[in-house]
Amino acid sequence: MRRYFGRKLLIYGLTFFVAVTVNWMIPRFMPGDPVASMVARANVTKPEAVEAMRAYYNNLFGLDQPLLTQYANFWGALLRGDFGTSIWLFPTPVSQVIGGAVPYTLALVVPSVLLSWVVGNRFGAYAARRKLLDNTVLPVGYVLTAMPYMWLAVLLAWSLGVIAGLFPVAGGYSFSMRPNLSWTFVLDLLHHWTLPFLSLFLVALGGWAIGMRNMIIYELESDYSAYLSALGAPSKLIRRYAFRNAVLPQITGLALQLGVLVAGALVTEIVFAYPGLGSLILKAIQNKDFFLLQGAFLFIVLGVLIANFIIDIVYVVVDPRTRAGMAGAQA
Amino acid sequence: MRNRPRKIIPLLAAGLLAVTACSGGPSTPTGPAPSQGQSQGAPANADPDQLPRGETLYTTGTQWGPPANFNPIREWDSAVGTKGLVYESLFHYDTTAAKLTPWLAESGSWTGDTTYEVKLRPGITWSDGQPFTAKDVVFSFELGKMETIPYHNLWNWLEKAEAVDDRTARFTFSTANYQEWDFMLYTRTMVPEHIWKDRSEKEVLDGLNENPVGTGAYTFLRKDQDRVTLQRRDDWWGKTALNMEPKPRYIVDIATPSNEVAMGLLLQKGLDLSNNFLPGVANLVQGNFGLSTYYNEPPYMLSANTAWLVPNTTRKPMDDPAFRKALASSIDVKKIVEGVYGNLVKASSPTGLLPQWDKYVDQDVVARSGFTFDAAKAKKLLADAGYKDGDGDGYVENKDGSKISLSIIVPSGWTDWMESARSIAASAKTAGIQITPDFPDFNALVEKRGKGDFDLLINNERQLSNSPYTYYEYLFQLPIQKQQNTVNFARYENKKAWDLVQQLDQVKTDDTAGMQKIISQLQQIHLDDLPVIPLWYNGLWAQSSTSVWKNWPAAAGSAPKTPAVMWRNWLELGGFETLTQIQPAAS
Repeated sequence: MRRYFGRKLLIYGLTFFVAVTVNWMIPRFMPGDPVASMVARANVTKPEAVEAMRAYYNNLFGLDQPLLTQYANFWGALLRGDFGTSIWLFPTPVSQVIGGAVPYTLALVVPSVLLSWVVGNRFGAYAARRKLLDNTVLPVGYVLTAMPYMWLAVLLAWSLGVIAGLFPVAGGYSFSMRPNLSWTFVLDLLHHWTLPFLSLFLVALGGWAIGMRNMIIYELESDYSAYLSALGAPSKLIRRYAFRNAVLPQITGLALQLGVLVAGALVTEIVFAYPGLGSLILKAIQNKDFFLLQGAFLFIVLGVLIANFIIDIVYVVVDPRTRAGMAGAQA
Repeated sequence: MRNRPRKIIPLLAAGLLAVTACSGGPSTPTGPAPSQGQSQGAPANADPDQLPRGETLYTTGTQWGPPANFNPIREWDSAVGTKGLVYESLFHYDTTAAKLTPWLAESGSWTGDTTYEVKLRPGITWSDGQPFTAKDVVFSFELGKMETIPYHNLWNWLEKAEAVDDRTARFTFSTANYQEWDFMLYTRTMVPEHIWKDRSEKEVLDGLNENPVGTGAYTFLRKDQDRVTLQRRDDWWGKTALNMEPKPRYIVDIATPSNEVAMGLLLQKGLDLSNNFLPGVANLVQGNFGLSTYYNEPPYMLSANTAWLVPNTTRKPMDDPAFRKALASSIDVKKIVEGVYGNLVKASSPTGLLPQWDKYVDQDVVARSGFTFDAAKAKKLLADAGYKDGDGDGYVENKDGSKISLSIIVPSGWTDWMESARSIAASAKTAGIQITPDFPDFNALVEKRGKGDFDLLINNERQLSNSPYTYYEYLFQLPIQKQQNTVNFARYENKKAWDLVQQLDQVKTDDTAGMQKIISQLQQIHLDDLPVIPLWYNGLWAQSSTSVWKNWPAAAGSAPKTPAVMWRNWLELGGFETLTQIQPAAS
């Protein structure tokens, strides 16, 4: 047990280190100089003033240090939980900018990942048993899973938002509201959350349903199913066994899919002007905001790693084979 | 298994509640609660959690992300309304009448050749109740003594500012630059000395200025990731002194990440004023969508600034006026106006001066030296100047036979400009000039532009102002620095022109004839040499929805003639006055 988790932790630690390093490198090796554009925006004409401003900002962001020092400082600040100051939203601290956006992104990603997984698995399992359902679930699933997130998002925004007028097309909550703890406000939040959530949920749903359907069919045709039915076990029991076995690869798939889903959420947020990390990252790239980019990516990397770790633990619980492996049985 | 989804729903609700709890939290409204007895007789709003639709103006098109700061010194990235709604300037500028409108100042005049006195209105208070006095005015201008403050240049020709008494501020100049001074009077923001006096240079320039205390008609009520909300001050001085009041009790400025979202909001009637460039808005205006623009026919919009083609005059062959003139004649601007913009913009006059400055255009000079699109003439000009196509590839070469292959850069993502650049390249090809469009990202472009590391670019960074002086400064300013950050990107050196611009600066702003005389000479130089080629007038993008607010500015009838705009630095140019003119649609 300890060895298994020790190894996992080491792998995650390494992944984190590499991800953070790459994350630090990318913006710095992109062409362009954030301070130059910052000074340019300030419309200062006098060369002395320009120089003063440049020197001042370079010093402020620590960009006047050698690269290695910058890298060391970056880690130091990171461990203190300090992500620096945003360049684009100067002088707001990055942690504050991201802190405002993260809840929205989580509210989209977590439910859409979990719900699409649960619902997709149910549908897939049913489809495997009923011809009629299979004939609808399969093509619909294929269509959904092949859809780009933003395409579906635009379709939803246009049809249900602009044409039917059922849902708002922008914002986290009504522009007339102030956050407060009342049912009106919670409903308003849900109202704004529905379309972005749906576009993520539907696309992910298709993939899970198809995967599950194929797994169930495979399990029902396996030797143990045949054996069970030969013994005269009720088909309900057989199906339960099949479902349990079929879920395992789906859990692995969930771990693999997380990153894709997060990326999808970012695009969807931009379409619906949902005030999460997606819109922030886009603007941070456009504005060469190193620090905001770093902060946002770091948050995503951490999130995906933690989620994967949780899935690892779940796997230990649901799959006896991993437990056997831990006990030292060399397969 | 069966009831698992049911378990998830309460979890979701809890999650969403958590979102609310940590999304910045409501800030308590500052200032007194709105009183009864509105000018429109609307009932007072008892529920601060939900703004009444009929009293709220929703705007977008200025901010692209969360509000960054509330610092009026940061005129380029402070939250919408910081300057103009919360903080104010001494004067506003009326673009239609072309004169300064007294604002915080009751009057201002030149009491000598180099002294200017401002008389303040009595009884103006800051939003914290402290009186606004001449000391604040002096303090605000003296902030410019700090080197990194954008208007630091002022102190090259301003000798001293002093408060004569509580209501009089006197400025003594070493050189009286009348044109620039008028510009300063309506662009510089007045800040309260009692709050700002202990701030270091770093804080003045970079401070968030979290709870701004201004003299303006609004205060910030709250902010979030994608919006700022402003609330009208019921004790604003202008109600009595100016006899005007902005009609919306609340203004919510929405940060939309893209123009498409703004379009969606407009169609859903959740937005009253969009200052975004929306392609195809002509169809919307003519369709039945309840949208209006300043003109109900092309160009639909007022003109806000000029888009110029800037050649780098330090490189061959752009250093040759003859080549620049040929290039100018080779560009079919009409194609851009119709094809790229669908007639939302107007082709520029050869001088580049905005339509609002028509009286300064010397028609004789234009008739004599102006240029128009004429591919045959462009070819002839090239041939006469010695640019010939020696190797038969369809493109002319330099006089020494070396190839000419130029690139034109515009920021990636600026779709209308990208199309325009392609169009320019196609037109130039007809005349035999090889130009390739290239789209670096905005910051990379800024960097190249500053260093002079480019062939051609499009730029429009000078807006309508109180005087064409600002345009000529933009064209001719010397000396050329290693970094050209704001003006003269073409790096064009002409001492005579720069001397004339400085002379123009020293002509009194009411001396139209004197200004015209110098401007004619400047136009002659500009058209003879074409250091920068004017292309079209960019529009003051403004699409307003008439579902909740009416009486939007329009060219027709008795509608207001001010611009409907929330862009930074435009509230002093009539944007604020528009807010006092609109009316609730229900009334």
